[in-house]
Amino acid sequence: MGDPLFSHKNLKLLTAPLDSSNPITVQVLGICSALAVTAQLKPALVMTLSVIAVMSLSNVIISLLRNTIPDRIRIIVQLVVIASLVILVDQILKAFVYDVSKQLSVFVGLIITNCIIMGRLEAFAMGNRPWQSFLDGVGNAAGYGWILIVVGFVRELFGSGSIYGYKVIPESWYSINGGFYENNGMMILPPMALITVGIIIWIHRSRNRELIEN
Amino acid sequence: MDRNGNIYTFLYAAIMVILVAAILASVAMALKPLQTKNIEIEKQQDILASVNIESTAANAAKLYEEKIRKQYVVNSKGEIIEGEDAFIIDLKKERSKPQDEQLLPVFECETDSGLKYILPMRGAGLWGPIWGYISLDSDMNTIYGATFDHQGETPGLGAEISTRPFQSAFKGKKLFDQSGNLISVTIKKSGQSAAEEHSVDGISGGTITSKGLEQMLLDDLNSYREFLISKKS
Repeated sequence: MGDPLFSHKNLKLLTAPLDSSNPITVQVLGICSALAVTAQLKPALVMTLSVIAVMSLSNVIISLLRNTIPDRIRIIVQLVVIASLVILVDQILKAFVYDVSKQLSVFVGLIITNCIIMGRLEAFAMGNRPWQSFLDGVGNAAGYGWILIVVGFVRELFGSGSIYGYKVIPESWYSINGGFYENNGMMILPPMALITVGIIIWIHRSRNRELIEN
Repeated sequence: MDRNGNIYTFLYAAIMVILVAAILASVAMALKPLQTKNIEIEKQQDILASVNIESTAANAAKLYEEKIRKQYVVNSKGEIIEGEDAFIIDLKKERSKPQDEQLLPVFECETDSGLKYILPMRGAGLWGPIWGYISLDSDMNTIYGATFDHQGETPGLGAEISTRPFQSAFKGKKLFDQSGNLISVTIKKSGQSAAEEHSVDGISGGTITSKGLEQMLLDDLNSYREFLISKKS
């Protein structure tokens, strides 16, 4: 070991994915689920929490097993670990917090196919110790999550005029009621999510010049 | 042992699969009773919601007991079939039978504004099944309330069918036209014209789910047609 738990190097594992190696804006992974769940803020938040849980746990498990896994079936082993974790979590939610599990219904499948999780298992957990893998998992999931939340916020605000289900645009503003405002229907469709992500990437790169490829 | 040898690989895969299967199976079995209970409570809550009674998971069973006076099963000719429990009828199974063999559950609820009939519905959305309950006034024509739910429709789009604003639009709509034809309720897109009392506003971005819901209402109300007419007169 040698290193303290929160050494500079370990903290870097946690914070780098939030910014300079963000899975969505820099590595452009996990885009499909980022488009699917961000029409409203609430599913984006639920998805973020579930991915943090699944990604950190599966990273730790694969890291513990890393010296026993046969090379030729390593991808299958990773997939089995992710899939069983997701099913376990889903079963437990269904039994104890039924409401939450109904919220999650669609996302369970999306978590299994999230390429960020497979990517981190293959690129990091297969070659690093459990604690580092745990930090890497939490960091990457949070890096994925904050983009999701920002996109969900923008899309729900301009698409439905609400935030987290609560109306924030006054009813009297709408043109139906004689006002000047209209919700942008494009915002709740996936293409606008892609454009929003694109704008975030643009802002991100104009602030971090070293990310711009030649 | 050689980590990349065939024997090791096969053994590893076999042990992993057996272990994972055992864990998942035992967890699923251990949690099954709790999950069934939750599904039952949800069904009671849905039935109550269709007559605009709000309930929580804790008081649903008690309210259901109080409010739902009668539940029975009819066939497509509108005759009551004895010896069936309406609550446990599996609509998915019934819908796959020929129409005249289907068992159709009916729930009766006594509310402040008179007797209401509650009919369960089941159909297909975009990604999976959708279902719901429609409650009718005792004229068997006016919708008193509706509740819909889904398995995997997209949040913000098709999943809007399970929200209150969409469902409350059904209240007061009519099923039959002046000359007694069953025309159900259609879901219109903005700009489309349709008779006010037979249509509700659609969901932007949820066209296929809306279409599925419309079809579900039409198909399932048609199964109840004879029952509705017999009670109407």
